[in-house]
Amino acid sequence: MSQHSSQQSPQQSEHQDRRDAYWNANKRIMFGCLIVWFVVSFGFGIVLAEPLDNFHLFGYPLGFWFAQQGSIYTFLILIFFYAWRMNKLDREHDVHEE
Amino acid sequence: MDNLQLLTYIVVGFTFVLYIGIAVWSRAHTTGDFYVAGKGVHPIANGMATAADWMSAASFISMAGLIAFLGYDGSVYLMGWTGGYVLLALLLAPYLRKYGKFTVPSFIADRYYSKTARVVAVICLIFISFTYVAGQMRGVGIVFSRFLEVDILTGLLVGMGIVFIYAVLGGMKGITYTQVAQYCVLIFAYTVPAVFISIQLTGNPFPQLGLGSTVSGTESMYLLEKLDLVVQDLGFGAYTDGSKAMIDVAAITLALMVGTAGLPHVIVRFFTVPKVSDARKSAGWALLFIALLYTTAPAVGAMARLNLIETIWPGEVAESQPLAYEERPEWFRTWENTGLLDFTDKNGDGMIQYYNDANPDFRPTAEAKGWEGNELMVDRDIMVLANPEIARLPNWVIALVAAGGIAAALSTAAGLLLVISSAVSHDLVKNIFAPNMSDRGELLTGRIAAAVAICVAGYLGYNPPGFVAQVVAFAFGLAAASLFPAIIMGIFSTRINREGAIAGMLTGLIFTFGYILYFKGIFITPIAENVPENWLFGISPEGIGVVGMLLNFAVAFTVSRFTAAPPVHIRELIEDIRVPRGAGGAQAH
Repeated sequence: MSQHSSQQSPQQSEHQDRRDAYWNANKRIMFGCLIVWFVVSFGFGIVLAEPLDNFHLFGYPLGFWFAQQGSIYTFLILIFFYAWRMNKLDREHDVHEE
Repeated sequence: MDNLQLLTYIVVGFTFVLYIGIAVWSRAHTTGDFYVAGKGVHPIANGMATAADWMSAASFISMAGLIAFLGYDGSVYLMGWTGGYVLLALLLAPYLRKYGKFTVPSFIADRYYSKTARVVAVICLIFISFTYVAGQMRGVGIVFSRFLEVDILTGLLVGMGIVFIYAVLGGMKGITYTQVAQYCVLIFAYTVPAVFISIQLTGNPFPQLGLGSTVSGTESMYLLEKLDLVVQDLGFGAYTDGSKAMIDVAAITLALMVGTAGLPHVIVRFFTVPKVSDARKSAGWALLFIALLYTTAPAVGAMARLNLIETIWPGEVAESQPLAYEERPEWFRTWENTGLLDFTDKNGDGMIQYYNDANPDFRPTAEAKGWEGNELMVDRDIMVLANPEIARLPNWVIALVAAGGIAAALSTAAGLLLVISSAVSHDLVKNIFAPNMSDRGELLTGRIAAAVAICVAGYLGYNPPGFVAQVVAFAFGLAAASLFPAIIMGIFSTRINREGAIAGMLTGLIFTFGYILYFKGIFITPIAENVPENWLFGISPEGIGVVGMLLNFAVAFTVSRFTAAPPVHIRELIEDIRVPRGAGGAQAH
């Protein structure tokens, strides 16, 4: 943290910088996933459901499909993507578990 | 005893033997076993256990019925109860696993360096969990009384006995492996009838695809299109359109999502896996197992609704004559006995006129036909349980559904009872009243607390305080407004301090509690009528947890800004939970 970095040795502050870089990269991935999460459920499934219902996926009106099926599939993909991406990030930043 | 009842006894009895066998095999020896299964649960097994833990009698018995009658508006449950897992996986599970202690109140107490915060968290947890568990015990009672034809008290006592054996003996370890078995039973019981019905109606064995397919015997009539037509012919709104205000739909969905991520019995499941990376993956497995049921439920709901209408209206819907009461099928009679299906011959013609009499635009049409009001009352809760009978499926499928309903209710009840007992033995007794207690003493206290909690839950299930249905909104709203913000801020902010967190939790709790009380009147008569015109921003009591959560955040930030920053060791704790390396096995206090 910047408030107390002035009293730290160069080694400690380098350690701190690496942690900050990891944390910021994590937050970027997280926000990216949360945007998809929000757009699919609240966007396609709720706010835009009515206009989307003019399109069809087989017998499903599209907005209805997003609300009752598509959003759930997207959530599933998002979590597995996040788990995979974070495992990679942990290794890149050398903070992974033994 | 008829054939169906005998089969049901055999199937349910077999599952009980299975659960008890697992309990004996996986007894808990230490508090680590009892609270978090020794942190040795494989992420896939934990995913299954989480799915069974999470999917309660409400998911198994009630949800498809709700969707059947709400249509598009039922989507709030589907998105709300699955979207929460994204929040869990991204915002909570990995960090709480890294923190690595036993309970949710422990995290709040450590992060906010305060016994008061611990007590506030324990109060939230106990309130949330007991309201939930009462509903589960009721579910067990209903299934027993319908399928095994014993009275509700006997059913409850048997259910309590089973939970007692594996929760008290096995603790989290016993519960985890029993839940894996219960998941298998419940998902099999849910999907088998759904597959049969999907094949009957559309020829497609996957209900998820069947719902989007054409109706068997037609070339171009899609199932949802047909359902939209027949419900509109009876004066209902189109199945695929909603009738709730958009803001309310969004608020309820978000409250259910956030509430899910804040439910202590779900969070604590992620304490049981060996590593931080396992906690992330395990949330994905949990959602996969949940999604098997949750993507099937909308098909079950829509198909059950269509089957019901076609049974009552065998000819052209609303044009020809409906079914005569004298010709009602066998399942109609059995469910009439339970009072969950009810026919009143308002116009005295002996026919079952089932339509929407609350729609003023449809009234002239109904009057012209000599209908004098809707004559069939269908309880939403029977749709899943009666579904196999309505579709004329074989008896073993019906017996399986009974075992599935019991598995869903017991697995959730056990998970809830465990978080209640660990909050009492670990957070209250060990950390506040008797800090010098030994590990064995704490284990015994945990077992006694679990036993007492089972008795209280059984009592609540037998004498449901008239408000069991209403309190579901309570559990989610309170979790969303109290525990979730406190945990999130504890991980993502280094500046939120003790004063801010306590003030925030209390604000969220009191506001949400007060709003629900104001419109639903639990213990007191409601102060205002529960209609959209009276609601704050048009948000119903079901969705108000969202506003409570925002208030919690706002108050916590403001109070923290004007009070001292958290001490240095707390900053170190936060820095530490943000990186995965170093998550060891179970740590005691």
